[in-house]
Amino acid sequence: MIVDLHRFVAGERDYWTQLESYLNKFETDPRFRMSLEDSRRFHYLYERACAGLARVATFSGEAELRQYLENLVARAYGEIHESRSLSVRLRPLHWLRYTLPQTFRRHARAFLLACLVTVGGILFGTGATIYDPESRSVTMPFGHDALSPSERVAREERGDDRISGHQTTFSSYLMTHNTRVAVLTLALGMTWGLGTLIVLFHNGVGLGAISVDYIMAGQTKFLLGWIMPHGVTEIPAILVAGQAGFLLAAALIGRGQHAPMSARLRAISPDVVTLIIGVALMLIWAGLVEAFFSQYHEPVIPYLGKILFGTVQLVLLILYFAACGRTPEKSKP
Amino acid sequence: MTTRVNTLVIQTPEGIVFSQLLAGPVTRFAAWLVDWACITALALVIQMLLILPALVSPDVGRAMTILSYFGLSIGYGIILEWFWRGQTFGKRLLRLRVVDAHGLRLQFNQVVIRNLLRAVDMLPMLYLVGGVAAVLTRRAQRLGDLAANTVVVRNPKTKQPNLDKLLPDKYNSLRDYPHLEVRLRQHVSAAEATLAVRALMRRDMLEPQARVELFRDIAAHFRQRVPFPAEATDGITDEQYVRNVVDVLYRTRSGGQSAAAK
Repeated sequence: MIVDLHRFVAGERDYWTQLESYLNKFETDPRFRMSLEDSRRFHYLYERACAGLARVATFSGEAELRQYLENLVARAYGEIHESRSLSVRLRPLHWLRYTLPQTFRRHARAFLLACLVTVGGILFGTGATIYDPESRSVTMPFGHDALSPSERVAREERGDDRISGHQTTFSSYLMTHNTRVAVLTLALGMTWGLGTLIVLFHNGVGLGAISVDYIMAGQTKFLLGWIMPHGVTEIPAILVAGQAGFLLAAALIGRGQHAPMSARLRAISPDVVTLIIGVALMLIWAGLVEAFFSQYHEPVIPYLGKILFGTVQLVLLILYFAACGRTPEKSKP
Repeated sequence: MTTRVNTLVIQTPEGIVFSQLLAGPVTRFAAWLVDWACITALALVIQMLLILPALVSPDVGRAMTILSYFGLSIGYGIILEWFWRGQTFGKRLLRLRVVDAHGLRLQFNQVVIRNLLRAVDMLPMLYLVGGVAAVLTRRAQRLGDLAANTVVVRNPKTKQPNLDKLLPDKYNSLRDYPHLEVRLRQHVSAAEATLAVRALMRRDMLEPQARVELFRDIAAHFRQRVPFPAEATDGITDEQYVRNVVDVLYRTRSGGQSAAAK
């Protein structure tokens, strides 16, 4: 019990200041690492502050002092008891070679579910366009219902270059728009996956409706040449975002898992972040390709060349996610 | 609906319990408004800086504006909360901080997830989903906080009352019993002490009858907590008794007000 509070504070203040200066170093420099001696000292100061807090707690009139100590102990507690890796070192090659593909494969079932939902949407959009042509205005996004496929192809092939001189702006718009959609697809996982499911299905409906419209009009080659160069990256990127959304949903629902919800969410959070960073990279690439390559048609770029470019990308993407990172990582000395 | 709490209480393995106040939706919304103003101001500055590239190539200038605003709107929260340990400009101003729900150190993954999930929290407008979630959840968490296992705490600056005005230097009969003084400090909680001070500060605003009744109840409560001998309490009013109790709780024998303030 403290009899003379002033004497107690005068005796302890130096220790609290030392602890505070350690904490300030942690907070201002994320790369700050303590020596063994520093660690011992830090632990001692933390325990001393804890003991001080326990003693001050009996002083009802010292709310300010108690709050100061609680704040100090709370900050130090996080540093002392954190056992997770704190490293955020940038190792982009390692991340690309191992972390992203391994994370993707670890949650392949969630990706499969995203694919199935999108395929469901594609089938719905296809059926709607075939059996109810009036549905074009509802199912086709970005004003695709305004022109028939033949009219669109004729206009594109005339060399009516709508984005000439604006390619960079168009590219950046595509990157940001698609990334926003991907982030929303992920975030809606917090609606027990229902929102993610709706976004993926909706994407599938638009894709199916437009595709079948062009196929029925005999413009399959144009469609593939137009969609494939960027679509083979963009569509899988949205599917991976859906995969991340379903991961969140699975952790939220926790079917068959005994850990509490907070532990489940904590466990999958690194994987969710890995997947969404991968999605962002894929969408940056897709945005560049769409603005600078996909929007140019015959006679500027032959369709066969565009289809070939898309096919090569697709094969590489499949190989990357299926095979990359299967070799054991080299252990660091 | 779960029972709401307004503090994050953590017990350390050493057996020490500490608590931090949780920030409510209104304070957090105010911090977001400040952050939104900062993002807008930064975007304007960037736009002005991009005038030069725009003169060279308007296409590149426009693209850089779109990309920089996008990067700013997503990266602002992530970068500041990571480097300032859970704080942005708005949170600093309102003395808020994002912390791990278990009191542990905030991880980069947590910062990224809580910021990306703003996309769903801000639906349909003005953080309605996030606000409703913060009202409904036990620890005032929006969906991003739930997914990232984080909470937002606030560290209000406690203002010590000016006791010199409240407690004139008069003889305090309770001071004649040092052992009971110590016992009083031990047994009275911070909330009870604050209540007594507030009653004294607002005493002139009370109706005479209400004032008498209020101080009678408070004095009875403190008398029950630690009984002082009759010679220490006889002849003084209930209000004076409460004043003497506050004097014992807040002032040291040497006349100092707050040890922490020194």
